[in-house]
Amino acid sequence: MLRGDWRADAYDDLDTQLKALNAASTKITVDLSDLEQFDSTVTSLLLRLTRQTAAAGGSLILEGAPPTLERMLSLATAVPLHAPPAEKKAGLFDGTRVRNELAAIGDGFLNSLGFLGEAMIALLRSITGRGSMRARELLGASYQSGPDALGIIALTSALVGMILAYLGAAQLQQFGAEIYVADLVAIGMLREMGALMTAVVMAGRTGAAYAAQLSTMQANEEIDAIRTLGINPMEFLVAPRIIALVAMMPLLVIFADVLGIAGGALVAGSMGVTPLQYLVQLQAAVSLPHFLVGLSKALLFAVLIAIAGCRAGMTAGRNSAGVGRATTDAVVTSVVYLIIADAGVNILCQQLGF
Amino acid sequence: METEAVISVRDLTMAYGPRVIQQEVTFDVMRGDIFVIMGGSGCGKSSLLKHLLGLLNPARGQILFGDQDFTTATEPERQALRKRWGITYQSGGLISAMTVAENVALPLEQAGQHNADEIRDIVALKLALVGLDGYQGYLPAEISGGMRKRAALARAIALDPDILFFDEPSAGLDPISSRRLDDLIVQLKETTGASVVMVTHELPSIFGIANNAIYLDAGTRRMIETGDPSWMRDNSEHAVVRQFLSREATQDGACE
Repeated sequence: MLRGDWRADAYDDLDTQLKALNAASTKITVDLSDLEQFDSTVTSLLLRLTRQTAAAGGSLILEGAPPTLERMLSLATAVPLHAPPAEKKAGLFDGTRVRNELAAIGDGFLNSLGFLGEAMIALLRSITGRGSMRARELLGASYQSGPDALGIIALTSALVGMILAYLGAAQLQQFGAEIYVADLVAIGMLREMGALMTAVVMAGRTGAAYAAQLSTMQANEEIDAIRTLGINPMEFLVAPRIIALVAMMPLLVIFADVLGIAGGALVAGSMGVTPLQYLVQLQAAVSLPHFLVGLSKALLFAVLIAIAGCRAGMTAGRNSAGVGRATTDAVVTSVVYLIIADAGVNILCQQLGF
Repeated sequence: METEAVISVRDLTMAYGPRVIQQEVTFDVMRGDIFVIMGGSGCGKSSLLKHLLGLLNPARGQILFGDQDFTTATEPERQALRKRWGITYQSGGLISAMTVAENVALPLEQAGQHNADEIRDIVALKLALVGLDGYQGYLPAEISGGMRKRAALARAIALDPDILFFDEPSAGLDPISSRRLDDLIVQLKETTGASVVMVTHELPSIFGIANNAIYLDAGTRRMIETGDPSWMRDNSEHAVVRQFLSREATQDGACE
């Protein structure tokens, strides 16, 4: 017998009682004639009970159920609109899943190589003027990956210069060698931090933007439209983005180097190194190879960021969820690429004695 | 009307990896047809269109345009065929970074047969045909959904195509806009003599303009009916097709 007001808070109690009942019997009669208030808790419980008793070969009889409850139950027990799909594997560690994941990693690597090849062909054609690249697309991408980024690059690189200076000053002070802060900041910025920090910022900014733009175009069928108009999307969309970033990155890195060294000068000043002393020390410390190592890193990083961003965008799923995945993918992949490439270049320079 | 087939699909099987979408699809689109590909959600209508456009490759079977086998054609050969087509995508497919005029001009520039002045005039004509002359300078994001579809249609007819493809042209449009779009499609078809292939599940469009159709069944993953839609509604031996076309849902019919 269910009487009176039945809502969510009474569920647990009723559930326990019915479980005890259900274990023993195959034919259950529930008298609902005095049921006044009820919500989906009661209905869902009755639905489950109906299914359980039916599965056990018994039957559930509802007496005096309110018409709304009866209608809802009959709607829910009607033939399902869609036959449930074939069994869906849920296990975290079953064999096929591991195999699929491994295959996906392999495919991902092969796709990356394929994309790199296609991008290189498109680049070559664009540079030689045979591609379908448009000046406006190139200018737009250049603005986005150049002037538009100056503010944030200024902030990050000045701060990184100051951090380097503080880090060095704390150690160098013990030996009374504060003046060498200039060497540390200059070489640190030129060889390493200028390029790497700019690249990380650009990966989060421009790489992600590339991925978002291209995957949105994928979802809007713009890329399909471009392809069926006889335009190669690699030349039309990807090549200008790579060229823009490769052209802008070295400039941004030079800008970052200057601001980083200036940031270092501020900190050095607070330790009693005058700007003039700092400058003189700088002249002695800075040499062309340091600068060139940083610049070549900038070019390499630009290619990696642009490729990772464009690939994530071009291979995104054709829906709005794909856009989110593509941007995340672009940032994660390019940061990983950057750090691996940076380590590689440093080892190479070490071996070659630059 | 001539009875020459412009598109012949033979024994086409479409699959994403191991998942088969439709199998053994066979039909002909005749010159001058307004041909509708219909079926319930998820039956593979849009996938079939993407196969016809060469954006997806079939698992098995042939797609012939005239006597040219599209499935084995190289990309330049496909491109030569596509020059004779106009395509409007479900979401329009306008390039969002370009204005309406630049979008319509794109195929003309790509074809490379006209100078800038001619292109400007042709763009104005095509936009006037779809009722959008004066909107040249607008970006796709700045105009309404119905206008975007019209602008996409203007781009599709830029090169005076032989075949027009539509992917759910009335999706997301109100009944009046969608009716206007249907009327426009018929008018354009009559003036240009193009054949029209359309993916849709909108009954007013199907009965209003189609003279030939196929029905793709999601349950059996096969094309189960072909012919004139009104004939199909009254005479199809498949209950699903009759129910689909008369908008009836029964318990077992709804399963498919």
